[in-house]
This record gives sequence, C-alpha cells and structure tokens, in this order.
Amino acid sequence: MNIVVCLKQVPGTTEVKINPETNTLIRQGIKNIINPFDSYALEEGVRLKEKFGGKVTAISMGPAQAVDMLKETISLGADEAVLLSDRAFAGADTWATAYTLAGAVRKMGQIDLIICGRQSTDGDTAQVGPEMAEMLGAAFTAYVCQIEEISAGQMRVKRMMDEGYEIIQSTLPAVITVTKEINIPRLPSLRGVMKSKSAKIPIWTLQDMGLDPKKVGLNGSFTRVVKIFTPQHDKKAEMIHGEPEIQVTCLLGKLREGGLA
Amino acid sequence: MAIKINPEKCTLCSICVNTCPFGALELKEDKIVVNDRCTLCGACQEACPSEAITLEETQKTAVSSEHKGVWVFAEQRDGKVKSVSLELLAKARELAAGLKTEVCAVCFGHGVQDLQQLITHGADKVFLVDSPDLSSNPEDYLTAQLSNLIQQYKPEIVLAGATALGRSFIPRVAAKVSCGLTADCTGLEIDIEKRQLLQTRPTFGGNIMATIICPSSRPQMATVRPRTFKKNAPDGGRQGQIIKLDFNKEGITAHSQLLKFVEDVSEKVKLDEADVIVAGGRGVGKTENFQLIAELAAALGAALGSSRPPVDEGWLPYSHQVGQTGKTVAPKLYIACGISGAVQHLAGMQTADTIVAINSDPSAPIFDIATYGLVGDLFKIVPLLTQQLKRE
Amino acid sequence: MQYFLTDEQKTIKELARKLAEERILPVRAHLDEAEEFPWPIIKDMADSDLFRVFVPAEYEGLGGGCLELSLVVEELSRVCSGVAISYAATALGSYTLMDFGSEELKRKFLPDIAAGKKLCAFALTESTAGSDASGIRTTAEKVEGGYLLNGTKQFITNGGEAELYTIIALTDKSKGPRGASAFMVEKGTPGFTFGKKEKKMGIRASATCELVFQNCLIPEGNIIGRPGMGFIMAMKLLDKSRPGVGAQALGIAQGALEAAYEYTSQRIQFGQAIINQPVVQSMLADMSIQVEAARALIYAAARYADSGAKDITESSAAAKVFASDVAMRVTTDAVQLCGGAGYMKDYPLEKMMRDAKITQIYEGSNQVLRSAVAAELRKRKAKS
Repeated sequence: MNIVVCLKQVPGTTEVKINPETNTLIRQGIKNIINPFDSYALEEGVRLKEKFGGKVTAISMGPAQAVDMLKETISLGADEAVLLSDRAFAGADTWATAYTLAGAVRKMGQIDLIICGRQSTDGDTAQVGPEMAEMLGAAFTAYVCQIEEISAGQMRVKRMMDEGYEIIQSTLPAVITVTKEINIPRLPSLRGVMKSKSAKIPIWTLQDMGLDPKKVGLNGSFTRVVKIFTPQHDKKAEMIHGEPEIQVTCLLGKLREGGLA
Repeated sequence: MAIKINPEKCTLCSICVNTCPFGALELKEDKIVVNDRCTLCGACQEACPSEAITLEETQKTAVSSEHKGVWVFAEQRDGKVKSVSLELLAKARELAAGLKTEVCAVCFGHGVQDLQQLITHGADKVFLVDSPDLSSNPEDYLTAQLSNLIQQYKPEIVLAGATALGRSFIPRVAAKVSCGLTADCTGLEIDIEKRQLLQTRPTFGGNIMATIICPSSRPQMATVRPRTFKKNAPDGGRQGQIIKLDFNKEGITAHSQLLKFVEDVSEKVKLDEADVIVAGGRGVGKTENFQLIAELAAALGAALGSSRPPVDEGWLPYSHQVGQTGKTVAPKLYIACGISGAVQHLAGMQTADTIVAINSDPSAPIFDIATYGLVGDLFKIVPLLTQQLKRE
Repeated sequence: MQYFLTDEQKTIKELARKLAEERILPVRAHLDEAEEFPWPIIKDMADSDLFRVFVPAEYEGLGGGCLELSLVVEELSRVCSGVAISYAATALGSYTLMDFGSEELKRKFLPDIAAGKKLCAFALTESTAGSDASGIRTTAEKVEGGYLLNGTKQFITNGGEAELYTIIALTDKSKGPRGASAFMVEKGTPGFTFGKKEKKMGIRASATCELVFQNCLIPEGNIIGRPGMGFIMAMKLLDKSRPGVGAQALGIAQGALEAAYEYTSQRIQFGQAIINQPVVQSMLADMSIQVEAARALIYAAARYADSGAKDITESSAAAKVFASDVAMRVTTDAVQLCGGAGYMKDYPLEKMMRDAKITQIYEGSNQVLRSAVAAELRKRKAKS
C-alpha cells in the first residue's frame, strides 16, 4: 500500500495567551510539536504498512523549520517525508492548504490511502482532510476509530459519530481522518532516531508541484482573519462559605429558589 | 500580496516585531525582515507608529451581487430535524433581516417529519429533496446535492450545524463550490455595508477568539456548534413554502456506503440534551472516585460530564467530555466538581444558565464564570449534597 | 554541569527519559502496589531499541558500553527503579556471554536479547553464598551429552520472567572457587524450575525469585568460557556492572530531588512557599550537590570501564558505594522535606526511599565494597 500521512506542526500547548498590553499572542517558550491528532494518523499508517507492505510518506505544508518535525516522523516509522514549503504558501487557510496538499499527493502518483488527524489543536477546524478528499476525487471518511479490513481496493472502517458508531465501506483511494481511539502511537526507536538524523527531507515548492499561484497561500484563501482577542468572562461567582454542611444547605436553598433542585 | 516596510520611514523601533502574533518579523542588523510565518494579518501595520508598514493587497474580483439569501442546512436523523438546525434558523433570521433577504432551509432525507417547524422557526422557504437514498445521510450524495443547489440558486450565506455529519461533509461542499468555510463559529454578525459575515470562532483550544471574513467568495459558509445559539419560539403565524426537488443520483459517484449503525447507549442521559449536568475534573483523582460524581448525577437525574484530564487519564470514556475537543453543552444547571476551568473546558459549557463550581483552589478560573462558588473538599461536599437531595 | 555526551549518547538519554515519562510514570504506583512485572513497558523498551544499547553491533545491537547503559538506567530509575532494574539485570545476565561466550552461543542468543525478545538474569547468590561467593553449592557435573546442574540459586532478579540465565556453578568441587564455571541455561529446560517469588521492601515492580535445578541437563556448548573460569568472569562482570547500579541509585536520587523541589515550591506554610525558608534551601542544595557529585563519579567510572582499562575494581566500587549512599540520604531528606505528604503513598517519595535501600545492598554490599577499595588503597601504598 502506498500511504500518505498529512501532518501539521503546532505549538506544544494550547495554553496560548494574548499579551493584554500589545494584544498579540505570547509565544515565548512554546515548543512546536507534531499535532497530537496527526501522531495517531502516522502510527496507523505505519501499522498498515507493517501489515500490508508498501510505503508511508509523511507530508506537511509549512515553513522550513517543519523539517525537524518531518525528521521525527522518520524516527516513528515513516519511510520518507516531504516538506511543502514556499513563500507563496504563507497565510493559507484550509482551502488553500488542502489544494497544496492535494497537489503534492497528485505529484506522488498512485496513492491508496491518505490519513490525517481528526483536527489540529491550534486551528481546530477539521476541514483540510475533507476538502483535500474532494479536490482529489477520493472517498472520504471522518472520525475513523478502527480500520477493520482492507482488501481488493476497498476498505471497511468503524467511525465515531455523535450518536454512535458507523461501519462504512468505501473504495480506495481514500482519505480518512482518525481519532485518538484508533491506536496508541509508538515511541521513536533509537535506530529510527539515528536514521532520521541523516534523513534528507526534500522540499517541494509551488513550481515543483505545478500549482496555480492564485490558489495557494493567502491568494488562494477565501477566508481572512480580521481580529484576534481573548475571550472575556465578566461574571463573578457568588461565593458560598462555611463548613461543608452549611455550604451544601445554602447552595440547595439557592438552587431551589431558581427552581433547579 | 505582501508586507512592505518602507526603510525611509522605519525607525527600527521594533514595536512591530513584538506585536506580530505569529513571530513573523525579526530585527536583523539594520532592517526588519518578514519571514514565512507571516499570514498577512496586518497587525504590524496597525501597530507601526511611523506608518512605515503597508499591506499591499491585490484586488480580488468583486463579489457578485447575484448571490442572495441565507441558507440553513436542516440536518435530519431518522426523519427528525435536529435541534441545531432550528437554532441556526433563529440566527439566520437575524442575519437575513440585516441583509434584507430571505431564509431558506435545505433538507435532505426521506419522509422527514414536521417540516412545517422549519417555517415556524424562521424559514421562508424549505428546499426538500426526498428520497430513500438520502435517509441515512450518505455523505457523497449530500455533498453533491448541496453543491448543486448552491451552484443553481446562489445563496449568499450557508450555515450548518457543526455536528459530526456537518463537520465531515460541509468542508467537501466548500471545496467543491470553491468558497470559504469557517468551522465551529460561536458568533455570527453582519457587516451590512459590505454584506460580509463576521464569523467569530475559538482557536488554540479556545484560548483565543478569531473573527474571520470571506471577502471575495460567495456563499459565505460557516458551521456552528449545537446549542451555541438559542432557537426562537415557534411562530405558528409564519408563512412559507416547501419546494420539493427531485433527487437525481446519476452522475454522482458513491465512494462510500454505510453498512451498519451501532447506537452508543453507554450514556443514560445524553449530555448534549441534558438539562442538568454534573461534571468532574482532574480533582476527582481517579476512576473509582467518579462514583461520587455519578451518584450526585443520579440524585439530580443529571448527565455525567467530564473535563479533558479525566478522559485523557482513561477514568471516563470520551463521550463524557465537555469542552473544545468534546461536546458543547448548555444545560440549565452545570455542577463542576474538581474542575479548574481551563478555557478549553469553559468553551464547552459557559453558556449554561447556572454554573456551580466546587473546587479546593479559590483561585481556580472556574470561579470566574460560576454563578455559585464553593471552595472546599469535593469529597466532603459532593456526598453531602447527594445525601440531602436523596433525603427529600 | 556539562558531561560532553556525544549526540548518540544524548539521543539515548532523551529517548529513555521520554519512555520513562510517557510509559512508566502513569503506572509506577500501580506496579509498586501490585508487585506487577512490567511486561508492556518491557515491550515498549524493546520497540524503542533500548535493549540494543548494550549489545555489540555485530549481533544487531548498537554497541554501547557502560556509559550508554548507565544513561538508560539513570533515566528509567529517575521515574521507577523497579522497572529499571529489570532492564539492567538483562544487561547483567548477558555481559558474561558477550565477553566470554563462544561465537555460536552469541549468534544463538544475542540477536534476541538485542531485540528485547528475551530477558536475561545472572545467578550467583545462594543461601550460603552472599558477599562470600565462594560459598556456592550448586554443581554442574560433566556427563555424557553435557552438564548436569543441581542446586538452588536465591534472590535472582528477573527470575521466572527471563528466558536466559547465566548460572555460576561448581564443575570441580575440590578446587573451591577455582572450580566454578558459567553456563547459559534456557527457561523451560527440564529440571529447571522456579521457587517462590520474593516480596520486597522496594523495587517491587521487579521479579526476584529462586532458581531450582534438579538434574537439569544442559548442552555442553552452553558453557561460557573455559571450565574453572566462573569466578573470575563473575568478578569481572560485577566490576563492569557496578557503575550501572550506581546509575540506578543516581536516577532515584535525581527523581527524589525533583519531586522535593516541586513540592517545596508549591507547599504554602506561613503564607509562603516553604522553599523560601533558608533551612529548606540548604537541604535542597546539599541534595543537589550530592546528586551531581554522584553523577560525575558514575560517568567517570563508566567511561574508565569503557576505555578497556583492566583495573576498574576500585573506580566501579567507589561509584556504586557513593551513589547508593547518596540515594539513601537524598530520598530520606526528600521525604523529610515533604513532611506528611512525603510519607504517604499518594506521593512517589516513600517509594523512592524504599527503592533506594537495595542499592546499598546488592551487587556487593557497600561494606564489602569499601573493603575492596581499602584493599586497592593498600596495594597502591605497597607499590609506591
């Protein structure tokens, strides 16, 4: 099987704060990591390769520093990794990102399965996977928590919906997004880390992929961020003091007043 | 399209470097350099005291004025319209009033009950595509059908619930009709003059809010979490028409098919429908202690919720998680036990009418949004509360 | 402090820490409480190539020495020395094979050890032979088709869980210590059974067990080195492995120091964190100094052993004695600093204090090792 795993580099914490004086994100001391949901995607790709043979290629669109993350994917079992990087890609929204990733997949030729994490922890949009699937004309299944079977150009998966599980049969090539229930990602191996240190990560540019400059980066983005701000909470709790017994009685009184208990 | 820094005006004061939310500006020797993290957000332009920074934006083709109307994707499951769709109709009415246009509900399914409620909750028109092929929400068909209708009728705005289904197939529609889509909006407003939808959504796990527009493409598409907006009381006097459209599956490639659905019955009371929720956080300590929380929930007839740490630790299944990466809830009463109140959690529950916080740390952020706060040991307070409730 | 580790050594240390924090930390209290052998973690270590660290490259290892092994043991012990010792005992149980075994025997077993498919154990101690190893009674009689083992080994780490055992037994009782030889024995060999699993004060995630040999016939080819070399090999082995025991003690002390620092920074008394009290700072400083001194000595002793030097008895003994005494003192002080919380099982410190004790006892008690150091001192004096 030829498998592509799409990954994003995200800040290592979602505890990002806005500096109230300058109204900008405080990024000091925050390390970049593999988007946690994407590490499940990578692990699933590597497991499928171990079972069915073939190749896992990790791809990411991002600045040059994302090379480090892609090297890490090699230590975790990816065979190859490619960075899609170009000044023209900057400022991409999900549509332009999906277009660029789809371009990379097309350039790779025959791909059976593309695996993405359910969503990123910084953007939380969960849109790139389905948008890319549509652009590639591939089957798409979101929230996959188990791959039950792959054979004869078909795959059967279990996925988590709001009300329960669905068993979905789809054709290959397919794009899936996976949830964290699907596996427990492995730790890197020492031999993997050593291999990854010397791994060459090719960088593909706009030109390399033959993409339309009007469809990538900010030019290709239909959405614009016009403002960022910290959510405000101005309510202040009425504190109920005293020994636990008194607190409980007092609380129940208040809830009853409001018809809540 | 780029940030231009005029070296003659720039004083190298570096205010822009510190202002950039993305760390994209650097002071290198005698000039400010823009690196590839730049998203052209324009924050530096505003911050520059010397007006040395300009954002050169190439003009996109003007938005066509033929796009009209606010659409709501009326999601059905087992022939019943989901509540989120009615909530969106209320918001759609508000947006349509500003734009002086109409509200349409789009419903795909088979034998969907009570379509009239779409009208009484705010739709002027209902586009109904009724076919047995659509009853289980096959996403390949939904994608193709909604894309076709958008291309044919050209709405100005399309809203859908950020349900598992919506989050899965609406992006495919956006890809197909080539337009912008904003996920999980918590606020929607209209810039009437520019006819732009101002879409506000949480990002970075809910720690930051971002307002997003789609300046050049139509329709403007957004998904909204269930219970973010309140539905209107049904207005029986509202008039509207139901327009039936044929479903033509020829030409649509069905890549996927549903083989089986297994309902999740592990929750006795469904979280997102519950009027009362009792939730536990890291302070609960371990799996066994959740029994205390569950007993209080049982005494109140409430659903059992959780913040993220207990789910990450494996104390409770994911289906109980409330927050940015879990469910959004809006019960009448939310009792948070041992939950510190990380913004990610607050994002999922802060619209609850009454919030009770029980926590040993008086400086826990949960108290900032709670209605009533009890500082103390949850292992004492919670069992007492359960006892007193049972006694009545 | 900068120890000038190579990139590869840093990689090994970082990976061992990652594994310890992600896989061991969440379960260490449970493993201790339940006295459960950590098989899932052993599998993680195997997948991460940690068992390859100490195996030569020609047998699918990474060719690391005492220092590399010590780095892994230190990092694992920082989180749980009970888990760490199951790893370290595999190195102990395979070193004799690596250094003295026949090519055939090495080809047969080392690749599986490197892959983490087979754990090892080293068995010298008997009820009559502790510090005085010459008191062993287990015999290996040369018979048609191999050697016949009889006797009982005691307190064997990894006993029952390991697949491969390095056994020291007498091939010639009349020669005393000069009549001992070393053998590779596989679990499942007829006549080889396990006695009771011991209940221990500390390192409770590890398995400690009796090995019972009753007319256990092993192939002739399973002898390691020449007959009669058993004691010499065992002494060389222990000289080589002692920095590793020191590293175990070092890891425990480091973990306790960090836990004490964290607690004292957060514990508010008299309106402020107790770390602001000079008396607390003084204790933390002493703990930190001792930990760093132990690290410096262990890394130096490990590097000296890796240099190929023959006279490593004193440096290895010194490193083990010093580090294990540090571990005992630092964990005791850490419990003291954390007060009642430190004494409770909800916090890791009481476990670390229990775990520390064994490092002063096994692989040469600190008293015996001090005698050895004193003997070296006298030898030097005599020469000069």
